[in-house]
Amino acid sequence: MALLTVDELSVTFTARGRRDVTAVSGVSFDVAQGEVVGLVGESGCGKSVTSLALMGLLPRKGVRLGGVADFDGTDLLTLSPSRMRDLRGRQLAMIFQDPLSSLNPVVPIGVQVTEILARHRGMKGERARKEAASLLDRVGIPDPDRRLREYPHQLSGGMRQRALIAMAVACAPRLLIADEPTTALDVTIQAQILELLRELVDQEGTALLMITHDLGVVAGLCDRVNVLYAGKVVEAAERRPLFSDPAHPYAHGLLGSIPRLDAPRGQPLHPIRGSINDTIAWADGCAFAPRCDHYTLECLEGTPALGELAGAAGPGHLVRCVNPVRDSSDLHTPLLEAPVMDASAEGDDEAPSPGTSAATSADTSVDTSSDTSSDTAPDAGAEPAAEPVADTDGASGGAPGKDTPA
Amino acid sequence: MTTLLELRDLKVHFPVRKGILFDRTVGHVYAVDGVSLSVEAGQTYGLVGESGCGKTTLGRAVLRLVDITDGAAVFDGTDLAQLPEEEMRRSRRRLQMVFQDPLGSLNPRQNIESILAEGMAAHGIGADREERRARISEILERVGLPAGSLSRYPHEFSGGQRQRIGIARALVLEPDLIICDEPVSALDVSIQAQVINLLEELQESMGLTYLVIAHDLAVVRHISDVIGVMYLGALVEEAPSDDIYSEPRHPYTKALMSAVPVPDPEVEDSRERILLTGDLPSPANPPTGCRFHTRCPWRQETRCDTERPELRDVGGGHKVACHWAEGIADGTVGPTTELAPTLLKE
Repeated sequence: MALLTVDELSVTFTARGRRDVTAVSGVSFDVAQGEVVGLVGESGCGKSVTSLALMGLLPRKGVRLGGVADFDGTDLLTLSPSRMRDLRGRQLAMIFQDPLSSLNPVVPIGVQVTEILARHRGMKGERARKEAASLLDRVGIPDPDRRLREYPHQLSGGMRQRALIAMAVACAPRLLIADEPTTALDVTIQAQILELLRELVDQEGTALLMITHDLGVVAGLCDRVNVLYAGKVVEAAERRPLFSDPAHPYAHGLLGSIPRLDAPRGQPLHPIRGSINDTIAWADGCAFAPRCDHYTLECLEGTPALGELAGAAGPGHLVRCVNPVRDSSDLHTPLLEAPVMDASAEGDDEAPSPGTSAATSADTSVDTSSDTSSDTAPDAGAEPAAEPVADTDGASGGAPGKDTPA
Repeated sequence: MTTLLELRDLKVHFPVRKGILFDRTVGHVYAVDGVSLSVEAGQTYGLVGESGCGKTTLGRAVLRLVDITDGAAVFDGTDLAQLPEEEMRRSRRRLQMVFQDPLGSLNPRQNIESILAEGMAAHGIGADREERRARISEILERVGLPAGSLSRYPHEFSGGQRQRIGIARALVLEPDLIICDEPVSALDVSIQAQVINLLEELQESMGLTYLVIAHDLAVVRHISDVIGVMYLGALVEEAPSDDIYSEPRHPYTKALMSAVPVPDPEVEDSRERILLTGDLPSPANPPTGCRFHTRCPWRQETRCDTERPELRDVGGGHKVACHWAEGIADGTVGPTTELAPTLLKE
């Protein structure tokens, strides 16, 4: 029995006089006790909005929520603000990307940690201070007594993230949501923080929802991974099958885009062409179709369903694609046995696909994208309005801190 | 192979000032403290290190965007550190920079043509507006931007396209060396790959030389011929990029390599991690001896905390600044397990 069951979650931002923006639509996943589940995707895919919706941190005005998020029998999406406050911090906790802006700069660390202890565990005075010191000690902050008296700016980035984790685990939450917890940190510090999270899951049985863009972090930490694109899960699988046999062309493309530290040198990267702005509405077909190397006309016959991958190595490998990648070589040369780089071919790969903007209707997008697949150079006569970053665009909906169109 | 850029014992120290009336200098931040390296023409030198190690300052010092305290930066036979201001300005045509934040480095009120033509006018490239426009259009096409971009403004472009504009701005001046400071770290992975491929393709077709500064080891290793690893203002290791992952020799490089996540569960599960304790010490008050000794898992009783190791060649173009590199490699010097995480206690 899963601790958290998210079923068909959707988040739509509404503003008077503007087009509604659906940042997340129909996202479903489970997180069990002691399990690490990853939500992976690039900026604008809706991963942060998902986490904010689960924590009840989205504004009530201008946001329409749909679906159910069942946390041990309680629907997080319909909970009253006061009951949500009781749950948050005690049973649910969250760590954010930027520890400096998540901590109050004019209040010492100690006060911020004991605040939680007072609110949820009724601890006061010396008892709370001692508990706070032991929490800091547990997350590996040396000299905790001194640190408690210090202000956030006196701590290094890694130390601040540890302090945030200490606050998050102060009440032994059952579910921890970590939104890009290591993105702002250097790799050696990242390794320390990931180790700490891993210990927490192993020792306390905490369920961890890990939100990240870094597939390397996912590969080392997550049990199960959901890949998001334009607000929908496009592939969901156990960690190993996802990395060994990615079936959705987007997941496949992401893996082909990342330079690997352990790969022999001289292997070319295979970028996904275009950008997140080259997306069509899910209602008109697969949102990824304009950027897809695997695209056929079938892709434009309505929203593809998320279903079991036929011929998968094990159960639970879900993919939202009518034309999944069976053998990587039918898409492009696979990552591992790729031949020596061919510069001229690379030029074609990375050419941005012209003229497909998020706002355009399905028809025009289809035309331009099918042109692109045969084009070898960026079309000089492309529409000038090719890739504007519209302020209410879905792309900005996923960036932390920019979730609320005015 | 000819050396295009050679740094000799380059130092950049920033004074720390205190007091209102007297403005005394109370100390220095040793941002770059004695770096020697050479960048060969047509190649890519990758400089990696964590935040605060001085890699960005080093890049800026080569362009004299910050003052060089001591040492030489010899570019094509001329020591840039000794050049008068006006001559330095003129030589910047051949030394260009691509910045990390593509939006922050483009003036939001200038259109693309104006941004790109400004540098050309300053360096007297192109006789008139028409000629410059033709040149700009050619470069824009080369970096994969639609020709209609000329009259558009930076905010109308996506992140990846803005970085292409930043690259185009450097290219219109026909530079020999481009210093890329975190060229892809602000971009999404799929866009990163596009920009990396573009940089490689331009290097091949235009014979460019790059000094790439980045924190992402996998990216740097992918595009570089030689990699230098910096720690607290100094190089700790330099090696051909094929060797740096397979045989890191400096303990810091070993830790760094083991910390970089690899998108492959098989590799991740079997990898041995060297976890460093503590944080980077302050460059205003660097540790004595080897600067890494406070965090080093292989720290020895002697030499490490008293004697600063030189960057020395250990064979095959592999240079390392560690007293015990040979011993660590053949196993005679083992890790000393006890390492107090006391860096921030001073």
